[in-house]
Amino acid sequence: MKQFLIFVKKEFYHVFRDRKTLLMLFGLPIAQIVLFGFALTNEIKNSKIVICDYAKDAASQQIIGRLAASTNFEIERSLLNHQQIEEAFRQGKIKLAVVFPENFNNDLQHFNKAQIEIIADASDPNTASTLSNYATSIISSYQQSLVKSNLVPLQIVPEVRMLYNPELKGATNFVPGVMALVLMLVCVLMTSVSIVREKENGTMEVLLVSPCNPFLVIISKAVPYFVLSLVNLSVILLLSVFLLDMPFNGSILLLFAESSLLILTALSLGLLISNSTSSQQSAMLISLMGMLIPTMLFTGFMFPIENMPIPLQIISNMVPAKWYYVIVKSIMIKGLGFSAIWKETLILFGMMCLLLAISFKKFKIRLA
Amino acid sequence: MRTLKFLLQKEFKQIFRNKALLPLIFVMPLIQLLIMPLAADYEVKNVDIAVVDHDHSDYSRKLVSKIISSGYFRLAGYGSSYPDAFKQIEKDKADLVLEIPQGFERNLVRENSQKLFIAVNAINGTKANLGGAYLSRILIDYNNDIRMEWFHPQRFSTNPTIEIVSSNWYNPFLNYSFFMVPGILAVLVTMICAYMCSLNIVKEKEIGTIEQINVTPIKKYHFILGKLIPFWVIGMFVFSVGLFVIARLVYGIVPLGSIVLLYGFLALYLVALLGFGLLLSTYSDTQQQAMSVAFFFMMIFLLMSGLFTSVDSMPGWAKVIAKCNPVTYFIEVMRMIILKGSRFSDIKYHFLVMIAFALTFNIWAVLNYKKTS
Repeated sequence: MKQFLIFVKKEFYHVFRDRKTLLMLFGLPIAQIVLFGFALTNEIKNSKIVICDYAKDAASQQIIGRLAASTNFEIERSLLNHQQIEEAFRQGKIKLAVVFPENFNNDLQHFNKAQIEIIADASDPNTASTLSNYATSIISSYQQSLVKSNLVPLQIVPEVRMLYNPELKGATNFVPGVMALVLMLVCVLMTSVSIVREKENGTMEVLLVSPCNPFLVIISKAVPYFVLSLVNLSVILLLSVFLLDMPFNGSILLLFAESSLLILTALSLGLLISNSTSSQQSAMLISLMGMLIPTMLFTGFMFPIENMPIPLQIISNMVPAKWYYVIVKSIMIKGLGFSAIWKETLILFGMMCLLLAISFKKFKIRLA
Repeated sequence: MRTLKFLLQKEFKQIFRNKALLPLIFVMPLIQLLIMPLAADYEVKNVDIAVVDHDHSDYSRKLVSKIISSGYFRLAGYGSSYPDAFKQIEKDKADLVLEIPQGFERNLVRENSQKLFIAVNAINGTKANLGGAYLSRILIDYNNDIRMEWFHPQRFSTNPTIEIVSSNWYNPFLNYSFFMVPGILAVLVTMICAYMCSLNIVKEKEIGTIEQINVTPIKKYHFILGKLIPFWVIGMFVFSVGLFVIARLVYGIVPLGSIVLLYGFLALYLVALLGFGLLLSTYSDTQQQAMSVAFFFMMIFLLMSGLFTSVDSMPGWAKVIAKCNPVTYFIEVMRMIILKGSRFSDIKYHFLVMIAFALTFNIWAVLNYKKTS
């Protein structure tokens, strides 16, 4: 036991003396929370649009005024003809063009019917359809204002309630995702690399011939990262509650217990990777490409899993972070107890046992 | 020149002899390019809806079948009461609960107005927002259908109507993968090159072989060039395979603009990016350090690059970060040339900025690499 503690102490020294690595360990979660919280929104604001007004009459001016007043749009300039629209799109800044034909007001007043053309740069399809929708609703509201009577018979009035997140903030969705990502990152990547480093430097041989049990040597490597992950987790939670005003409805104790489970799963994965590779570079690439990117993709916090093709949905079930993501959402936001998440917990636990078993089986006391 | 040739020979041998690394460099990015665009689909569809129908009337059944047949919604099941349906939201089985109150049909006809209750799971704000918008559009449609049953529409509208003709250029079918594939390809090339390059010099430092190079007459810039060129070649190769094999054969993306222009920009971008990798490398002492720092920067570069969310919607300070990020420019140029056929005159500014990046990073890296430790 005393030997074990000494080894743990050695590992802590290793971690704390490397300032640049610490920067990533603590800086990255904070940077991510800030960026996701304040810089990245799926909302589309201040999109630059151009107007091509062949009509130049009262009605077209009024609609242009309404478009300019919206926070979604920023009218860049007015163009003279269609050729210029293509040029503007090619230069890349303009997302939408609104074209008024000649005699717009005239047609509207006398024939009760006029046309407006909306051209979107659909190389970004989501932005294109969202912007077309915004423009359409602005134009429709103008049209409504022309109609005098507004008594509509047989009206169905939907009453919509937004549960859990009435302000539709992005934070509720991504904070659990960032937590999963950071824990995976710290545990899988850092553990596997720090073990392989001893192999690469040749110091592993020294450790393995020491009277200390080789398993203890390896476990002591994982301990600092376990502690650091818990610290990171607390930092993320504090930031998200106090900086991003996230709700915290469930039990903190349960959340930390479940997080420890994910951390242990990730650590076992890190052990497995380090047992199967011999250079830091390949350990790093495997954990980065094979673990982090799937974690980003398949947890469901960036892209909805139910939209993916069936084979990918099946693969997503093998990513531990996905289950953790469900658990965190249930505890933090929905405020549910253990009875709601026992299934996910069991799956994570199973994964951990499996990974641990494989990595212990692959563990060799002698180096080649 | 001869020194450089020998150095290059050494570097290439080192890379190609490392059997564990090769598949990671070449195969992983391509597999990801195959999978990621399929997974990265932001479109909101398959919203699961739970229905609580207290009315059980002809109208309420028609409404439900209209919602389901729209294609955006999947019926997660009927609930006997609201708390019952709410349980399905808690279990993530449903995203949305539609409650049709008792007397829906009767009240609608008699009192001309009737409420419907909708509760949305808004943890995912985007999905909640769009799902709610789809549902209200369907409701308006349904509402009009009912009105048509009761009143015969007038042939000619007496109210002024504006017809909106919208067209989507460059991507008429709104195919999301057209947008994502060029961006993801850019990111994969970036990641491979930046990581490999930043680890490279550090590895020599850590193993101690850098001492042997330091005592030879190899010039500083020879050494840096020797490290830079192999990864430049690999980057070009991975990019070409991604563009000509996967993007073209699997996703059917054929660049609209000039390939030469695209490659010109890529060549410049790789120089800038590799310079950045080398710079990190000269500042780190161990591979773990180099990797951590590289990962820190890459994460920020990727998130701020406009790959997933548009740069225009960011607040002012975040736009400044995006402007100082080489990846932003590369992704923008990729999308412009491949999807919109932009010409050199459209991306002059991007070229200038990238030249500035390349010069800064590389000169800084050469200056910071010291042959004495």
